[in-house]
Amino acid sequence: MPETGNSAAIAAAFADGPAYVPYLAVGDPSYEASLEYVRALDRGGADVIELGLPFSEPIAEGPTIQGALVRSLDGGMTPDRFFAFAEELDVEAPLVCMTYYNLIYQYGSSEARSASEASGETASAGPRPFVERAAAAGIEGLVVPDLPAEEADPLREACDEFGLDLIFIVAPTTVGDRLDRIMGRVSGYVYVQARLGTTGARDDVSDQTTESLDRLAEYDVPKAVGFGISAGEHAERIVAGGADGVIVGSALVDIVAEGVENDLPTAEVADRLEALSRELKAGAERGHAARVGAAESR
Amino acid sequence: MSETESTTIETGELSRRPGRQRGREDGKFGRYGGQYVPEALMPAIEELTDAYERYVLENEDGFMDEFRERLADFGGRPIPLQRADRLSERYDREIYLKREDLLHGGAHKLNNALGQVLLAKYMGKERIIAETGAGQHGTATAMAAAHLDMPCEIYMGERDINRQRPNVFRMKLNGADVNPVTAGRGTLKEAISETMRDWATTVENTHYVIGSIVGPHPFPVMVRDFHAVISEEARAQTIEKTGELPTDVVACAGGGSNTMGAFTEFVDDDEVALHAVEAGGSTLEVDEEAGVAPNSASLYTGEEGVLHGARTKLLQDSDGQIMESHSISSGLDYAGVGPELAYLVDEGRVSPVAVDDDAALEGFHRLSSTEGIIPALETAHAFGFLEERHEELGERVVVNVSGRGDKDLDAAIEETDKRDIDEAPDMSMFTGGI
Repeated sequence: MPETGNSAAIAAAFADGPAYVPYLAVGDPSYEASLEYVRALDRGGADVIELGLPFSEPIAEGPTIQGALVRSLDGGMTPDRFFAFAEELDVEAPLVCMTYYNLIYQYGSSEARSASEASGETASAGPRPFVERAAAAGIEGLVVPDLPAEEADPLREACDEFGLDLIFIVAPTTVGDRLDRIMGRVSGYVYVQARLGTTGARDDVSDQTTESLDRLAEYDVPKAVGFGISAGEHAERIVAGGADGVIVGSALVDIVAEGVENDLPTAEVADRLEALSRELKAGAERGHAARVGAAESR
Repeated sequence: MSETESTTIETGELSRRPGRQRGREDGKFGRYGGQYVPEALMPAIEELTDAYERYVLENEDGFMDEFRERLADFGGRPIPLQRADRLSERYDREIYLKREDLLHGGAHKLNNALGQVLLAKYMGKERIIAETGAGQHGTATAMAAAHLDMPCEIYMGERDINRQRPNVFRMKLNGADVNPVTAGRGTLKEAISETMRDWATTVENTHYVIGSIVGPHPFPVMVRDFHAVISEEARAQTIEKTGELPTDVVACAGGGSNTMGAFTEFVDDDEVALHAVEAGGSTLEVDEEAGVAPNSASLYTGEEGVLHGARTKLLQDSDGQIMESHSISSGLDYAGVGPELAYLVDEGRVSPVAVDDDAALEGFHRLSSTEGIIPALETAHAFGFLEERHEELGERVVVNVSGRGDKDLDAAIEETDKRDIDEAPDMSMFTGGI
């Protein structure tokens, strides 16, 4: 796989074999428990870990992840606590922050505003302070579901400055010029949305996934498929179908939510997260082996 | 597009004045606006932009002709501009009321709902969805959808459903399905998020009728263009009645649809002062800890940010989380505002002002008892402003009566009971009985 991004760690995660990319909302349901949960993902074989920083209006999320973000906010999660969390984590997998643009845009703005009040101008620090702080906390990449490529140049510049990847989502409906525009700005990997709609675990693997992967084949960037993957065999089929990685969120968040509902001990929830992670990672590897085998026998 | 200035509006044509071009090209109003939406929605947004340009701007297939005809026959336009005799005397200046409360449905909302449902039909869509807070936009959309024979689903926060049962019934009477939204706090902003989620899965056959000049491009310009008929009429009517332009135009502002509707055709008339009256709620102070702003004054006190698809002025905490807003009028109760209004305020063209719950309720009683018009609590803020600031205004003031107050009677009884208001009827003998 060629060097396509700013982060060497993310490039390495996709370099040999398929990448298993799990997602959890940081602080769901508490800071401490969520530290244990993310460590469990790492033990379960995560190659990259996506950490959700909660925003109050998450328009791209389905009910499962929305629930996680509400629990996290209710637990007092803030951008600064999120960065402290990333610093405290001692995991091997590179970390990617998934959040909404307003939090990135506002970070450091109140300082900028009070600094510029004397000059009487409306000041905004823009995305740079957030990216600088994220880099210092060891974050290697960003996913921002409500930031289209057209509005992304200031963020991309900041990411380039501080060595972060900016990962874009490509939907089944993304074609033609839009696809070119996005693929011209993406770094690290592209998040291939498996089907229309918001996040959430589903049983089927959509035909839209195969079509999307075919459409993206000509672009030289790792392709990680997300939305709806909940079992090892989904991961297997998706990787066999040409994906370089699988992104899993809702199925893992469901385990956390069940833990909250049934008041399960943190260690038990962590064990279940680790077990599902192993299953998904093994599925992805089986899919990869099948694809390599098919290529060799050709 | 021609730059020639024209003040007469031919059937089927949109005004060509320069102010009307703002935002049409790229959805930007200075630093505000844009299209901050999930990638899955972008094709729908692009398709809608194309449809807006063809049908609305170019009147393809006679879309604008049909829109104006239906606004006349179904909606009752043109809507009168009425001199308010008692208020004119009270404030010692000419006060004119643009009576949008007389539009079918009892508020300005139908202009936009009818325009968008008709546009969806021209686009070949088969299903309409919309969000609603207090239920005003939901009822207007349900009415328009029934009128144009389109299936319609309305998303409404569970808490709002409980507060606005008559409006839920009205929507159902018109054949719409009402989907309760239980996420978060169960109010307008959750309903908007939920409607966007629906749209993300159903874009191919569904149109999302957004309720104000908010959201991603082309919604802010398109909704403005549908509501601009308010100021197109008001401008011509004022000239006809007085031979001159008004000195001031006053409108309440939540998301800003009636506001921009009332201002748009006057924006290029530099001598006309434009006043956007926001809900000052109980106080302009903010409880950062609880994430609550007990007002909805995003133009007056908000900071720049990104919400529901657009960069605009927002009520948010220092981290960028959106605050819970508040107003005595649920229709103004929104943490954001249209990007064009945010721009016009920064440019100094529109003056934002906040009127609190008390003054709005007094305005509600004053207009009811002196002019025989019971205004919506939203609209009442404009009359609170008139009472407080009339001495700063010129001699001909147009106030947009954005809606009638029948929907607010329960809230008005409850809120009046808590206060001592001169013009208010004594309802003590009924307390507990209603």
